[in-house]
Amino acid sequence: MTGLTINGIAHSADVPSATLLVEYLRDHLGLTGTHIGCETSQCGACNVLIDGVPVKACTALVATLDGAAVTTVEGLAAGETLHPMQAAFREHHALQCGFCTPGMVIAGIGIAQRHGADVTPGVIAHELEGNLCRCTGYINIVAAIAAGAKAMHDA
Amino acid sequence: MKFGVGQSVKRVEDHRLLTGGGRFTDDTAATLYATTLRSPYGHARIVSIDTAAAKAVPGVVAVYTHADVAHLGVVPCLVPLSGPVTTPRYMLTGDVARFVGDGIAFVVAETREAARLGAEAIEVDYAELPAVGSIEAALAHDAPKIWEAAASNSLFEWNAGNADTAKAGIDAAAHVTRLRIVQNRVAPTSMEVRAAVGSFDDGKYTLVFGGQGVASAQQQVAKIMGVEPEQMRIVQGDVGGGFGMKAFLYPEYILVLHAAKDLGRPVKWTGDRGDAFQSDTHGRAMVSDAALGFDADGKITALQVETWSDLGAYQAQFGPAIQTFAGGRIMGGVYRIPAIHNRVHGVVTNCTPVDAYRGAGRPESAYVMERLIEAAARELGLGVDEIRRRNLLTPEELPHDNGIGLTFDIGNFPAVLAKAQVQADWDGFAARKDAAARKGLRYGRGMAYYVEIAGGGSTEEWADVRVASDGIVEVAVGTQSNGQGHETAYAQVVSERLGIDADQIRIVQGDTDRLNQGNGTGGSRSMAWGGAACQVAADDMVERGRALAAADLGAEVDYSEGVFSARGTNRTLSLGELATAHPGGLDGRSSFKPAKPAPAFPNGCHIAEVEVDPATGKINVARYSLVDDFGTLVNPMLVEGQIHGGIAQGLGQVVLENVAYDDDAQLLTGSFMDYGIPRADDMPDAIGFDTLGTPSPTNPLGVKGCGEAGTIGAMPSVMNAIIDALDGTQLEMPATPEKLWRVCRSLELRQAAE
Repeated sequence: MTGLTINGIAHSADVPSATLLVEYLRDHLGLTGTHIGCETSQCGACNVLIDGVPVKACTALVATLDGAAVTTVEGLAAGETLHPMQAAFREHHALQCGFCTPGMVIAGIGIAQRHGADVTPGVIAHELEGNLCRCTGYINIVAAIAAGAKAMHDA
Repeated sequence: MKFGVGQSVKRVEDHRLLTGGGRFTDDTAATLYATTLRSPYGHARIVSIDTAAAKAVPGVVAVYTHADVAHLGVVPCLVPLSGPVTTPRYMLTGDVARFVGDGIAFVVAETREAARLGAEAIEVDYAELPAVGSIEAALAHDAPKIWEAAASNSLFEWNAGNADTAKAGIDAAAHVTRLRIVQNRVAPTSMEVRAAVGSFDDGKYTLVFGGQGVASAQQQVAKIMGVEPEQMRIVQGDVGGGFGMKAFLYPEYILVLHAAKDLGRPVKWTGDRGDAFQSDTHGRAMVSDAALGFDADGKITALQVETWSDLGAYQAQFGPAIQTFAGGRIMGGVYRIPAIHNRVHGVVTNCTPVDAYRGAGRPESAYVMERLIEAAARELGLGVDEIRRRNLLTPEELPHDNGIGLTFDIGNFPAVLAKAQVQADWDGFAARKDAAARKGLRYGRGMAYYVEIAGGGSTEEWADVRVASDGIVEVAVGTQSNGQGHETAYAQVVSERLGIDADQIRIVQGDTDRLNQGNGTGGSRSMAWGGAACQVAADDMVERGRALAAADLGAEVDYSEGVFSARGTNRTLSLGELATAHPGGLDGRSSFKPAKPAPAFPNGCHIAEVEVDPATGKINVARYSLVDDFGTLVNPMLVEGQIHGGIAQGLGQVVLENVAYDDDAQLLTGSFMDYGIPRADDMPDAIGFDTLGTPSPTNPLGVKGCGEAGTIGAMPSVMNAIIDALDGTQLEMPATPEKLWRVCRSLELRQAAE
């Protein structure tokens, strides 16, 4: 039994020891916003925040997360009000099919936390090496993360 | 009208996709999970399959092999060009596996993990057969044959244009530029891997999968399953990218239905990334010998192209059409070419079947022509802009019959070229090249003038309107968004037409229970056809409302902004009031069905500048800009987004992407560890985008289609820039750092020797 908090709600996970966090979120809790794009930790579609830090949920075993606080894309907005990083993605047309988007938003939050409000496009592009998108060509994602980082700082 | 046509309004799709509310196929619940066991060999006889151990794995409830599903027949090739020779793709292959990834068995279990363990427990006795892993190997005189009934691995020959006049034009030319051009095999790589959920209740099947349209799938799948279309509901929710690859049926879609009926429970199959690299249709994959003749004034006399198109092991659903009907008729682009001949050979190999991928034949044709014309410019000592100016068709010459099956209707190609040069700061290139040289970098510039066929083959598209008592107008359209933003763009069209706000409009797609007519999304057709259908449907609804309101109000009525007003009085009826008074009375299905259906021809000019570091072979796209003629833009923000993504895919093919097979047709690129797609820092910092539109006469919106254009222009422009940076050294995609470093080294050695 693993005790962990997901989007502020306490859960006791009674799952086989080999269960990945992403499987637990999607198949056990129905939190389908976290996506699986490769299962080999290259694409980043499964990014979640664990204790505030972006982690690829296809690499984390539930059994190792006792006491952890997990935030998924479903837990970012405050009611109908989007998180500043989510709002920036919408404003800058930084998503098309939306499949990589939850992971990109989480990655963006991590970049903003590590580099602050004035993070440069070059740093963002480099820091996104763990996130793949096939639709947007990234330029709008980089712009959105820059704007989102500023908005998070101002919030 | 703040939400009307021409506005860059933000997307209505975004809120759900940003908050985890998307509805992708794997998000659909099922109680059984399936996995496909695939051939690990490129070519092998299947001697025996023992499923006993698999069936004994706890949780496994069924294991299907060819014998269990042979009665379902094949995934049909819809455009076979191979005459009496067929290449039947059964749902699971029987006696022979013909590519790495060919389905051998389908395992269904209580959990995903049990299904995987079951697949691992199947014992297959394979006898390896000689395999062909490339076009060259397939055409060797002693090559093993993939299809015994065929005379060779070259299944068909297709011709367009006049071989004699093209040959005469080449023979008479003052100068002939010849190139052998390779199109690397690439993987479309949607971020959402294919998945399917099948269920069977009360004599009716439901199939959920990420596709590019439900109506055609309903007809095809019903036929395969032996039921009437009404007994086959097809549902497509949010689709995580498709790029042409998801337009087709795959065996798993049929297998989940078969298993669901057999087992009486919903069955879900979700591929993993390895399934995607092995079994999603691939793109491009061809070799062309091309010759372009010129007279003494640098005017083109003729174009001859002979292409060997790798079809993979089976003729895919549209596979044979890609280099022929889809792309083969636009060879030569919008240049004035007195004689064109294009010959295409369809060649089978022990590789994954090849089908449509963003552009589907048009990028390949544009790439051949644009490589040729820049090579010719270099040989003739002309500027790459000048050679194009001399040969581009002028507005006065339109309409122009290209002699191989197309008539270009409208456009101003020289003006687009001129605007693109201004946009790219053409005159500043020399200074930028000098600056790069001071940093020890090679610097080159490439141009491409592309034209594409959008909405080719379309004759009709449907939209179905329902108005609720609260005045909400719901419009179902027979296309299917894969991320393009149809819900937003169609709502703009409806909003403009009806004069109502976006929050009063709902666009729906992807459910045959709601709308079972439509030609889906593909070939950059959705705005021209689906958008026009929305317009027609909105107008028809207003006409129905006018009749109802006139009767109710006892007077002639006028319609404006969601309200019918009796002339000369202050009595009105809103859409919601009319819908309440006459339930269903405003509802109806309409179609856009022009008397003379024709494709539109989006076109434009891309200009790329690249730096190559000779010390490492690393490439950087330093500048990228383009001017397109897309006709009317419904939502410029969405169009620019399509351009960015399209350019990324073109750039990816040029510098990174390559599906590799070894001599035994073993797939070497089966994961993101060995197949590179562009990452954020592979892209230029910015893309300068502008338009010079001439509205298309083919549809009432005047749109031309923009989904594939970015890719079509990016491949030749980036490659031409690389070749320019290498002093004209011809090389083939992907231009990886290793290849570039070798070319740079040889150029340095040559320079040192001189």
